[in-house]
Amino acid sequence: MADAAPPGLGRTLVEQLMVQRRVIGALLMREMLTRYGRRNIGFLWLFAEPMMVTVIIAALWTARGLHQYSDIPIVAFAITGYSGIQLWRNMSRRCIDAIEPNRALLRHRPVKMLDIYLARMMLEVVGTTTSFALLCILFLIFSNQILPPENILEVALAWGLFAWFSMGLSITLGALSELTSLVSKFWPPLIYIFYPLSGAMFLVEALPHGLKEFVLYIPLVHANEMLRDGFFGSHFIAHYDAFYLVNWCLGLSIIGLGLSHLTVEHRLS
Amino acid sequence: MTVSLGEKVGIIGRNGAGKSTLIRLIGGGEKPTTGAITRTMSISWPIAFSGGFQASLTGRDNLRFICRIYGQNPSDKLSFVKDFSELGDFLDQPIKIYSSGMKARLAFAISMAIDFDCLLIDEIMAVGDAKFNAKSREELFVKRAHKAMIIVSHNMKYIQQNCSRVYLMNDGRLQHFEDVNEAIAVHKTMMAS
Repeated sequence: MADAAPPGLGRTLVEQLMVQRRVIGALLMREMLTRYGRRNIGFLWLFAEPMMVTVIIAALWTARGLHQYSDIPIVAFAITGYSGIQLWRNMSRRCIDAIEPNRALLRHRPVKMLDIYLARMMLEVVGTTTSFALLCILFLIFSNQILPPENILEVALAWGLFAWFSMGLSITLGALSELTSLVSKFWPPLIYIFYPLSGAMFLVEALPHGLKEFVLYIPLVHANEMLRDGFFGSHFIAHYDAFYLVNWCLGLSIIGLGLSHLTVEHRLS
Repeated sequence: MTVSLGEKVGIIGRNGAGKSTLIRLIGGGEKPTTGAITRTMSISWPIAFSGGFQASLTGRDNLRFICRIYGQNPSDKLSFVKDFSELGDFLDQPIKIYSSGMKARLAFAISMAIDFDCLLIDEIMAVGDAKFNAKSREELFVKRAHKAMIIVSHNMKYIQQNCSRVYLMNDGRLQHFEDVNEAIAVHKTMMAS
């Protein structure tokens, strides 16, 4: 028995990946239990809540008469826009100061700081993606407000990039929040600034020229444009650069992972 | 300080000498500011310590969670934990409503469910009644006699009975004694002065 890997840890890379998989699975279950409990529809709230909010927002945007400005399908516009917002907003908020309530769990050697972030991020991805997908399907079946996406592959790709961007952003902000309390103070107001800036509420083609250039520096705008291009691209001219977005995703991921490594080394107390 | 497989090592010292901190460092709950801890065997958390548990989850859910993390099958361990901890129906209540004794018994029971090479024992004589103490002794020193153990205690008889070597902790420094009785004598002199 002395040669076998000690419980919870692994000797080889493959074994360690298995350990991490188990730990993240355990953290996921625990996160679900603590958030949604066992009663009522429990875990269904994971996507039921984002769905409900998105429907309300979509109704609001439609009521505001945004559809008068062009022939863009307003419901698809709203659902894509707001679902995207939910992804990066919810994920980043969950990861900021995520370690504190979980500090006790870090005492167990198989549990690492990154696992805590990964578990929370995965939960958000599953919840928001399911909400997005179900909303599209439900609207398709039950109303004439929405048409099937023109290019599902592009929609999936754009959504994948949205998720990747959110994850990179969340790890970076999460690790930063361990180093300074400024993050938890400045990020919430920044979220509100990014609501309009993220491209969820406009199409780049409708902007005046100078503003167009400025706005295209924001990676979220590219993600939104790409998502909508896949959905109803024939109704407008999409302005995006997928590579720019990918670069941002890579950069944020590297910075985030690096920061979390630094935080573990210097501040596990 | 070194501990090998199967060895029982005691740590004694006055209050505030740093024994519990050392145990936490060895278990991985804290990182040392200088120096290094090299682990070549699996080490438990301080076994009656419930700090690594989630207060809002039930005893049962905590058991499942810990088992999953350490790669053990929770269903096998459930009946043992229920019996050993004597918690009965409280196992399905969130542990935040437990008394400190209940939490310690649960933590102890769960730590017995995982197959650690080395057990960290920090003053566990204070946990539970005489019957529970007897059960603990059986679980630890009979069923797990082959495990390594690091034992912190103020009860010198306990140390004498179970340890083969002792470290005396004073002012943050460890002094090694091959002879347990000698260590206890030195400790007694220090306490008297």
